[in-house]
Amino acid sequence: MSAPLLTIADVAVELPTPRGSLRAVDHVDLSLEAGRTLGIVGESGCGKTMLSRAVLQLLPKRAKLTGRVMFDGQDLAQLAPERLRRLRGRDLAVVFQDPMTSLNPVLTIGTQLMETIQEHLELDAPEARKRSIELLAAVGIPAPDQRLAQYPHQCSGGMRQRIAIAIALSCEPKLLIADEPTTALDVTIQAQILDLLAREQRRRHMAMILITHDLGVVAGRADEVAVMYAGRVVERAPTQALFKRMHMPYTEALLAAIPKLDAAPHTPLPAISGRPPDPTRPLRGCSFAPRCRYAASDCHHAKPALTSAEIPGHLYACFHPIQMTERVGA
Amino acid sequence: MLNFVVRRLLAMLPVLLAVSLLTFLIASLLPGDLALVILGDQATPENVAALRRDMGLDQPLWWRYLSWLGHVLQGDLGRSFRTGQTVLQAVAERIPVSLQLMLMAEFIGLLIGVPVAIACAARAGGAFDRFMTGSAFAMLSMPSFLVAILLIYLFAVELHWLPATGYVPFTEQPLANLRFFVLPALTLALAEWPGIMRVLRSDMIATLQEDYIALAKAKGLKPSRILFVHALKPSSLTLVTVTGINIGRLLGGTLIVESIFALPGIGRLLVAAIYTRDLVILQGVVLLVACGFVIVNFIVDMLYAVLDPRIRHGHA
Repeated sequence: MSAPLLTIADVAVELPTPRGSLRAVDHVDLSLEAGRTLGIVGESGCGKTMLSRAVLQLLPKRAKLTGRVMFDGQDLAQLAPERLRRLRGRDLAVVFQDPMTSLNPVLTIGTQLMETIQEHLELDAPEARKRSIELLAAVGIPAPDQRLAQYPHQCSGGMRQRIAIAIALSCEPKLLIADEPTTALDVTIQAQILDLLAREQRRRHMAMILITHDLGVVAGRADEVAVMYAGRVVERAPTQALFKRMHMPYTEALLAAIPKLDAAPHTPLPAISGRPPDPTRPLRGCSFAPRCRYAASDCHHAKPALTSAEIPGHLYACFHPIQMTERVGA
Repeated sequence: MLNFVVRRLLAMLPVLLAVSLLTFLIASLLPGDLALVILGDQATPENVAALRRDMGLDQPLWWRYLSWLGHVLQGDLGRSFRTGQTVLQAVAERIPVSLQLMLMAEFIGLLIGVPVAIACAARAGGAFDRFMTGSAFAMLSMPSFLVAILLIYLFAVELHWLPATGYVPFTEQPLANLRFFVLPALTLALAEWPGIMRVLRSDMIATLQEDYIALAKAKGLKPSRILFVHALKPSSLTLVTVTGINIGRLLGGTLIVESIFALPGIGRLLVAAIYTRDLVILQGVVLLVACGFVIVNFIVDMLYAVLDPRIRHGHA
C-alpha cells in the first residue's frame, strides 16, 4: 500500500483567549489516501473546522499549532510561505461553508476563477477563460460564458456554492477540503451539491475531507468517518463498520439527533442534552461524560484513550462502549 | 445605473436650495446696515435711505431672497461694491490657486496615507503598525501653522531648496509655480494623511478577516494580489468618503495656509471680503464653495457605485 496523501500526526491547536488558552484541537491523528473520502463529524465548536484550517495553514495568527501535517511527503506546518502558496489552490483546495461570504463581492466570477488558474497553471487569458467556462459547465451552471462577467450577488446561494466548487476544482487538486459545504444552503440544494462533489471526486480521483455536523451526510459518501468531540477524535472507523456498530455513545447520540421523517407529529427532537464542555477548562475525565447516559464513575476520573475494536481500523475512546443489545432505536 | 444617477441628482436639489437659503441668511442677518457700510460714517440718513431703496434693502427678507436667487440662477451673483469685480470674476481669478493646492495636497496625502495604511493593516499590531499609528496621532494633533513654519524653516531657511512664499501662475512659469506649491501642499498633506491612513487601515483590517480573503489565501494567490485586488477595493468606501470631504473642504481654500504662504486663493479672498465687509463677495463665494462641496459628494456617491457592484445593481 502506498503512503497516505495526508497524514495528520498529533496535531493540536491552541488559541489564546481572555479566559486562558483554549485547546481547539487536542492531539488528533488521521490519515487519508489518494482518491478516498474522509468524513469528519461533530457538533459546532468540536474543532472540526479548526482542524481543517490547520491542514490549510489558515489558522488565526495567534493560534499555536503543534504536530505534523504531512501532505504529499512534506510537512505543511514547516513549509516556507512561498512554497505553501504554490501548493494551495493547486494541490490543496477548499470549499467553505457559506458561499454568501466566501466569494469576493467586488470581483466578477470570471476574475475569481481565472486568477486561480493563471496563478498556478501556465495558461494565457483566453485559455484560462475557456477553462473557466468548462469548469462552470462541469459544476452545472447554465450559460457559463455569461456568468463570467457577473458578480456573486447576482447568483443564488446554490449557484455560488457551485462556483466555489468550480474554483476549488480549477487546478485539479489532489485533496479537496469541503468544510460544511451544504450547511448554509436550502435542503433541496444540499443533496445536489453533495452529489456534485462526489461525482467530481470520482472523476478526478482526488481525495476529499468532508466536514459536517450531520452523520447522514457522510453515510453514503465517505470511505472513513472520524467523529470529533471537544477537540478530540472519539471514534474513527470505515463508514460501513461505523454504521453497523458504533461503540462511542456520542456517535450514537449524534445519529439519534437527526430528525426522522417518519416520526409522529409533535415528537420532541432527540437533542443531546447539555452543552459541550468549556474548552478553556478541560475536564480530567472523558469530555462527554457529563452528557453521557452510560457514564460511570471512572469516566469522570480518567480520559479514555483511542482503542481498537474487533474490526481493523475501527477505533473508539470509551470505557463503556455500547453493546449491541443496548442500542437505542435499533 | 441611470436610475441611480437620476435619484442622486434629484436628491441634490433640496440640499442646494437649503445651501442658498443659509448663505443668503448669513449675509443678511449679520449686524450692520449694508448701505451704511458702503456710504461710510459721514452719510446722511437721507442718502442711506435712498441707497437702501436702490439696493432693495427696504423690501421684506423673503422677497430679497427670491430676487437674489433669481439672479443667481441666471448666473449673476452680484458685484463687489468695493472693487467693482463680479463674484464670478473674483472666484475665477482665485480658484485655480485653491484648486491646484487642493489637488497637490490630496495627492500627496493619498500617496503617504494609502501605502502606509495597507502596510499597517497587512501586519496589524506589528512594530511598523504601532509606530505609524503613533506618528499619525502625533501629526493629527499638530496645528497646520506650526507645521507650515517648521517646513519653511527647514526647506526654505536652512536648506534653501524651496521658496518660502509667493506665487506665479502655472501658465507663465510651470516649474516655479510647482516649487511655490510644494510647501503649502505638504503642510496640508501632513494633516490629511493621518485621517486617510486611519480609516483605510481599520477598514482593511476588517476586510482581511472576511471569508473571501481566507479563500483568496487558500487559492494560493500572491500576498500583493490579495492586498491590492481582493482587500483594497472593498475597503476603500470610507476612504472615498473621507477624501471627498477633504476635497470639498480644501475647495473653499485654506485660510491659514494660503495666508502663511501668500497664495492668492479662495481662502484669502474670503478673509478680505470679511475684513472689508464685502457682503456680496462673501455671499457669492460661500454659495459657490458650498455648491462645489455638494457636487464633490455627488461624485463620491457615483464612485461608491463604481467600487461596489451591489450598489450599482441596487442590492445594498
